[in-house]
Amino acid sequence: MTVGAPPAIGERRLTIAEALREAIAEEMRHDEKVFLIGEDIGVDGGFGGAFGVYLGLTEEFGHDRIIDTPISEKALAGAAVGAALMGMRPIADLQYADFLFECMDELVNQAAKMRYMSNGKLSVPMVLRCPVGTANRGAQHGQCPESYFVHVPGLKVVCVSDAYHAKGLLKSAVRDDDPVLFFEHKLLYGSKGREQAGGMDLTAHVPKEEYCFPIGKAVVKREGTSVTVVATHMSLYRSLAAADELARDGIDCEVIDPLTLLPFDEETIFASVRKTGRLVIAHEDTLTGGWGAELAARVAEECLFSLEAPIRRVASYDVPLPVAPIMEQTVVPSVARIKEAIRRCCEG
Amino acid sequence: MSSDAPVSVTEPGSARITVDIDAAHELDLYRRMQLIRRFEERVYLLYLQGELPGTLHQSQGQEAVAAGVCDVLRRTDWITSTHRPHGHALAKGVDLRAAMAELYGKATGCCGGKGGSMHLGDPSVGMLPAIAIVGGGNTVVTGLGLAFKLMRTDQVAVCFFGDGASNEGAFHEGLNFAAVQHLPIVFACENNLYGASTPFHQVSLVPDVASRAAAYGVRGEIVDGMDVLAVREAAGRAVAEARAGAGPVLLECKTYRFAGHSRGDVRGYRSRDEEAEWKERDPIVRLRERLAETLDEGVLDAMDAQVEAALDDAIEFARQSSLPRAEDALTDAYATVISTGSLP
Repeated sequence: MTVGAPPAIGERRLTIAEALREAIAEEMRHDEKVFLIGEDIGVDGGFGGAFGVYLGLTEEFGHDRIIDTPISEKALAGAAVGAALMGMRPIADLQYADFLFECMDELVNQAAKMRYMSNGKLSVPMVLRCPVGTANRGAQHGQCPESYFVHVPGLKVVCVSDAYHAKGLLKSAVRDDDPVLFFEHKLLYGSKGREQAGGMDLTAHVPKEEYCFPIGKAVVKREGTSVTVVATHMSLYRSLAAADELARDGIDCEVIDPLTLLPFDEETIFASVRKTGRLVIAHEDTLTGGWGAELAARVAEECLFSLEAPIRRVASYDVPLPVAPIMEQTVVPSVARIKEAIRRCCEG
Repeated sequence: MSSDAPVSVTEPGSARITVDIDAAHELDLYRRMQLIRRFEERVYLLYLQGELPGTLHQSQGQEAVAAGVCDVLRRTDWITSTHRPHGHALAKGVDLRAAMAELYGKATGCCGGKGGSMHLGDPSVGMLPAIAIVGGGNTVVTGLGLAFKLMRTDQVAVCFFGDGASNEGAFHEGLNFAAVQHLPIVFACENNLYGASTPFHQVSLVPDVASRAAAYGVRGEIVDGMDVLAVREAAGRAVAEARAGAGPVLLECKTYRFAGHSRGDVRGYRSRDEEAEWKERDPIVRLRERLAETLDEGVLDAMDAQVEAALDDAIEFARQSSLPRAEDALTDAYATVISTGSLP
């Protein structure tokens, strides 16, 4: 399943799917309270989950800890919430993030509020894995709905873009005492990402030794001095590609992957903006009310006098997703659109 | 457990099977129902006097369901409740003072003032903060049952819900999932004939919620929800089955709320004759009459006085309790406080 160049000496390169599988297996071995629940995840002869992340796990952990549900997202999410309230640590799987809207009550009214309503006596230590992203699947199987949940106090929202952080963050999410929505981009799991991401190597070095990566911490993927670019998922890779191309023109981009959207690592962004004086935000979620708007507002509140140009956002246009590739690629942020936004920001 | 499992019916007023509890236990059931009744009546007046914030959804008339079902539960068993949770909370053992203080929005309330009337609960006695979204508990309860199954405990979870919730998708998804996973759950429906103002017969062509059990291959049972001993007996069977691993049971308790849906409801959608008919079957009066056959009325009066004294004490406790600190509003959204902005 590994894509990209063969590993260098000492490197152990994994895809995101492989890294997630490793994280899940390790956590299930550590803690008998960790279990998997979802649709089509452990059926004998089945798929191992919609994107194959669970392949092989049933053999090790058995059907008692890998629970297949009916196609019944309210029950699936409700069962995860209830089990977490009783001290279990469920990892629930939603196949497609678009199905989140089937279980909004369980997430927004129950999972997010039980700790608060109980005055801190209860916890909901659950993880919900939600694959997002356009992949020629149209309006109901390609959305990036993470911003809806950034608006919900009580939830944590994570977006992973590479295997190293995917593994470290999933392990942290499983151990976290609050409900974590874990958004993964479908094109970044394995080989398909390489083709549609312009031939980039999507594997990353994952140490053999166990590690956790903290929730709420951004990483600087590329250091630069001209402009700060904050991006997640595919938009991160397209921003990195744009940065490489713009470097030839003397524009030196600092590219940051926030990794966690709630709680947001503001300080890393503020520090970068104070250095560069310019900010571009890129995400595949739609523009209006997207998490980029929240980030822009916070930067305006805290760093206005460091800014030398208006903040620019690049996001999916405010339309449902079409299937025809020529239309789909028009809607989502492309390398060209990100480049254009960075240029305008740097000219301002 | 077959898919055509029949719905058994205990007709209201039918001859009761021998009850396996003694007189002292029956007297205690009377005390608990009377506590719920008087709690509801007194907080209603306190609300009208402007002492309590928010609104109230009251359960006068439905005491036999809360008291009868919770009587067969252990402290380690759990319940989920609804927007009408006062009776369930008191029946499951939430501290009376803490429940009253919660209605007052005081720091000593069972949820520290963060829950209020519609979210009464206390994990230490096995009650989640009540879930005030209709049908909300019907899916969450499956996770309670699943955890008990995975942890191999013999705990049982009871989901209280109303006739209105039986038309929510959550009712169907929760019941089906509990069934296929053989979860130790009793779905206890309080069918009080109205979802807010809407009569159940207007929104369901099947008159009995329990008949929906057949669609999911579980046992359904209808019981007279105005008879605490009948409820107790039926709930005892259901809980025993669930505890033994036989899977969930759908228990429908036919009952009636004597008050309106919420505080300001003048009940224009139902007749006073209908209300009078149901009040003839008042569960507290019925049990009192039964007890009076063998007990001195003075014993029952003393019990009533004891309830009143406990309520006096709880109200005084709530009145004297401190308000929460304003800044406490910003804690407990997460295990550790994360950036929520700062108070001015």
